[in-house]
Amino acid sequence: MAVMSFFANPHRFMAASKWFAWGFTVLGSAVIVLGICLGLFVVPPDAVQGDSARIMFVHVPAMWLSLFAYAFMAGASLISIVWRHALADVAAKSAAPVGAAVTAFGLITGSIWGYPTWGTWWEWGDARLVSVLILFFIYLGYIAIWQAMETPQKAARAAAILCLAGAVNLPIIHFSVNWFATLHQVSMNATAEFKYPMYVVALGYLALFGGLTLLNMRAEIMNTRAEMLAQRRQAAG
Amino acid sequence: MSVFTRELKLAWSGGGGAALPVGFFFAAGSLTPFAVGNDISNLQIAGPGVMWIALALSSLLPMERLFQADLEDGTLDAYAGSGVGMEGIALAKTLAHWIATGIPLAIVAPMLWIMLQGPPATSPFVIAASLMGSAAFFFFGSIGAALTAGMRRGGLLIALVTLPLYVPTMIFGAAALYAAASGGDWAQPAMLTAAVALFGIATSPFAAAMALRTAID
Repeated sequence: MAVMSFFANPHRFMAASKWFAWGFTVLGSAVIVLGICLGLFVVPPDAVQGDSARIMFVHVPAMWLSLFAYAFMAGASLISIVWRHALADVAAKSAAPVGAAVTAFGLITGSIWGYPTWGTWWEWGDARLVSVLILFFIYLGYIAIWQAMETPQKAARAAAILCLAGAVNLPIIHFSVNWFATLHQVSMNATAEFKYPMYVVALGYLALFGGLTLLNMRAEIMNTRAEMLAQRRQAAG
Repeated sequence: MSVFTRELKLAWSGGGGAALPVGFFFAAGSLTPFAVGNDISNLQIAGPGVMWIALALSSLLPMERLFQADLEDGTLDAYAGSGVGMEGIALAKTLAHWIATGIPLAIVAPMLWIMLQGPPATSPFVIAASLMGSAAFFFFGSIGAALTAGMRRGGLLIALVTLPLYVPTMIFGAAALYAAASGGDWAQPAMLTAAVALFGIATSPFAAAMALRTAID
């Protein structure tokens, strides 16, 4: 709670986030490169799937992050609705494009992996694939609502409500898709040795997500300030 | 309650507004044979699914005007000051529109069902399934309707916002219809459809009310 009220002041947030934003972005990128290098050059090929399984090092963490980013947005939306915290709206809005991008990336890499492994680019029978597609649509709706509303305050409320409605419905959607699916791809029986680059990349993604979200937030706050200045200048004549 | 009766009258008398989705439902469903061919086996494969999609889209049609008209002419402001909770308003309006449009949709559904080569004996079940399905579509749709009420071009956005929420109803309802068409056990998917519909009825007025309160601020 103390942290929340501390950052209710955008000035404090701007001062504190200046270094974190770039720091996380650079650190995250470096860790991702490290993890990919580990995955490509150090770990031996998978016993069954061979080299094609290496795409898992970027795919699986992307899927984790797509859920994490949505959970983050839902948390921020809840804070925004309950406490009307100004920064929470900005946080949820800023995280959305990053989350949508990583979800799209996960879908594409999954599709690329699916072709040599399942023999098809797209498999409607797989519950997780379809659930993630729906999640992607929810991201798109969320972003669209922000852009369609005339005043930022109303947009913030509407987007927060939509985000929470999506969060409540996601388990039901997942359950129903699961029921609908017949073909289940069990998670990989990978050895610990095969898995650790995945965790490295996941950490990198997380840092990069934090960094990009902070950068977006900063841009958003500066934008608001610039608009206020412009309005003030207009009012002054 | 008076909100409910007013809405019901308006929806009925609104220049054929309630009948329009029914016509759309029937016309869209009738396009199916032109797309998949008039072969009976093809129709039996595509029919129930296409019918269910047509039902979802027809339920989406009235959503754009569900709250918008009342927001524009200030009726919602009057409702807000009347002491009735906004949740009650959202529930009453959605329910009234469902009665005016959703029930006729369900009544027309068996005709389309038989034309698409569904077994006529299952018609009562098709009506029941369509009632549950359209109720779910209407109430989940009311969230999108409330969110976009203040926008001038909210129609397409409603679809983008609402269609992901339609997925469970889509899956269970279509599964129930397919089971009925093939003579299988439809009870389980039908009960799941009912569960989703009840969940929508129970929760969506709260989300819609929150959005409406923002819209009238």
